[in-house]
Amino acid sequence: MINKQVGTTAEALSGIADGSVVMIGGFGSVGQPDALIEALIEQGARDLTVVANNAGAGRVGLAKLLDAGRVRRIICSYPRSSGSVVFEDLFRAGLLELEIVPQGTLAERIRAAGAGIAGFYTPTTVGTILAKGKETREFSGRLYVLEQALGADVALIQAWRTDRIGNCVYRETGRNFNAVMATAARTTIVQTCGMTEVGGLDPEAIVTPGIFVHRVVHIPDGEAAAPAHLKKEEV
Amino acid sequence: MADYKPLSRKAMAERIARDIPEGWYVNLGIGIPTLVADAIPTEKEIFLHSENGVLGFGPAPDPEHIDPWLINAGKQHVTLRPGGSFFHHADSFAMIRGGHLDLCILGAFEVSAGGDIANWATSAQDSAPAVGGAMDLAAGARRVWVATEHTTREGAPKLVETCSYPLTAPAVVSRIYTNLAVLDVEDNRFVVREMVPGLSRDALQAMTAAPVFFEEKEYA
Repeated sequence: MINKQVGTTAEALSGIADGSVVMIGGFGSVGQPDALIEALIEQGARDLTVVANNAGAGRVGLAKLLDAGRVRRIICSYPRSSGSVVFEDLFRAGLLELEIVPQGTLAERIRAAGAGIAGFYTPTTVGTILAKGKETREFSGRLYVLEQALGADVALIQAWRTDRIGNCVYRETGRNFNAVMATAARTTIVQTCGMTEVGGLDPEAIVTPGIFVHRVVHIPDGEAAAPAHLKKEEV
Repeated sequence: MADYKPLSRKAMAERIARDIPEGWYVNLGIGIPTLVADAIPTEKEIFLHSENGVLGFGPAPDPEHIDPWLINAGKQHVTLRPGGSFFHHADSFAMIRGGHLDLCILGAFEVSAGGDIANWATSAQDSAPAVGGAMDLAAGARRVWVATEHTTREGAPKLVETCSYPLTAPAVVSRIYTNLAVLDVEDNRFVVREMVPGLSRDALQAMTAAPVFFEEKEYA
C-alpha cells in the first residue's frame, strides 16, 4: 500500500542536505506552508538557495529562516514588500544573494523544470536591464529572451485536501505557485489542511496528481486560516 | 493659479472604468488601477484577472465576510463573482504572456511619448527592486493603459520624452489616465483627448516633459 503520509513535520523534512535548493509555495501568506518552514528551521540545513515569490515579512516563516542565517541565495520576483525587514537588512549587509526574476518568468522556469524543458524564449524583459547578458532572438518579427528551467531539490507546498497517494487540491488563490513547484522538485513535501480517503477527491478536480508528491503531513492548524463556513465542509 | 480641480484617485478609477467595454478580460496593477475594481458596476460583465491565480474577482468584501484564501496580487482581500475561476501561477501567466488579456492597467513612475513605461525600479543602482509581474503584464497584455498622477508629489512631470528610470517594457503604453487629463500615445506623441475643467492647454503642457497635442475625441 502506498502511504506518503508521515506523522510529523520533522519526518517530512528529514534528509534535506546543506546547500539544497528549496522551493517554497505561496503568494504572500496565502498558500504558504508555514509549518514546513518552521520545521526547516528546526531541521537545520544550511547554505540553502530559496525559490519563492516573496522574501518573507515580519520575523516569522521565511523571514525567520533568513534571520537564522540559513539562506545563502534567494530567487524571487518581489522581495521588497511591507514588513520585509529581515530581507532588507541581510541584503544591505551583503549576507544574502538575490536573483530578481519577473513573476511569470519565475513560474514558467519552474514549470519548464517540472516538464523536462531546458529553456524557453519569452517576450518578458526585452529592452530592460533584466535581459542583460541573456540571449535575445527574433521569432516572426518579435524579440524574445532565453530563460532557463529552474528545478529544486525540495519543494514545500501547502494544499487544502490530500489523500495518502499524494493527490492534492488547493483552496482558491492558495493554489498559486504551489501547484507548479510541486512538479519541479526531486522531493515534494506537502503540508495539507485536511486528509481524505483515497477516492475521496473528485478525479476531475485533482490539481496535483500524487505522482508529483513524495511526503504529506497533515496540519489541521491550517484550518484556522479557513473561513468559518468552510471549516466543517468536506471536499 | 488657474481654477481647476485634479481628479481624486477614486474619480480617476471611475473615469477609467467607464472606458472598459463589457466582455473584456482585464488585469489591474497595484495603486490607482486597483481602485478600478470597485468602480466597475456589477451589471457590466468584465472579468478581472489577478496574477496569483484568479479570474472574475469582485470588490473588497465587507469585514464580516473576509475569506482569507481569496486575495488579489496586491494581497488585499477580494470577492469572487459568478463564473470566476482559480488556476496556478504558470497558467495565470500563460493568460498574460499569451496575449489573452484585453487590457492591463498599470501605475507608473514615468511614461515616454513612445509608450515606454518605467514602473518597477527608481534607478539602475536600486539593488533590490521588486519587479513582480509588471514586466510580464507590460509585454504580454494586448493593451497597456497607465493610471497615474500627472506629476510627482514634488511636481516633476511623469510624462516624459525619454524615461530616466529603468524600463518595465518599451513601446507598450497606448493610453494614459492622469488626475488632469486622458492622453493617447500615438505615433510617438502624447495626444490629449480630455482635460479636467478649467485647466488650460498651456498649464497641462507645463506639467508634461514632452510636447502634447490636442485632438479631442469621445471614446465609444
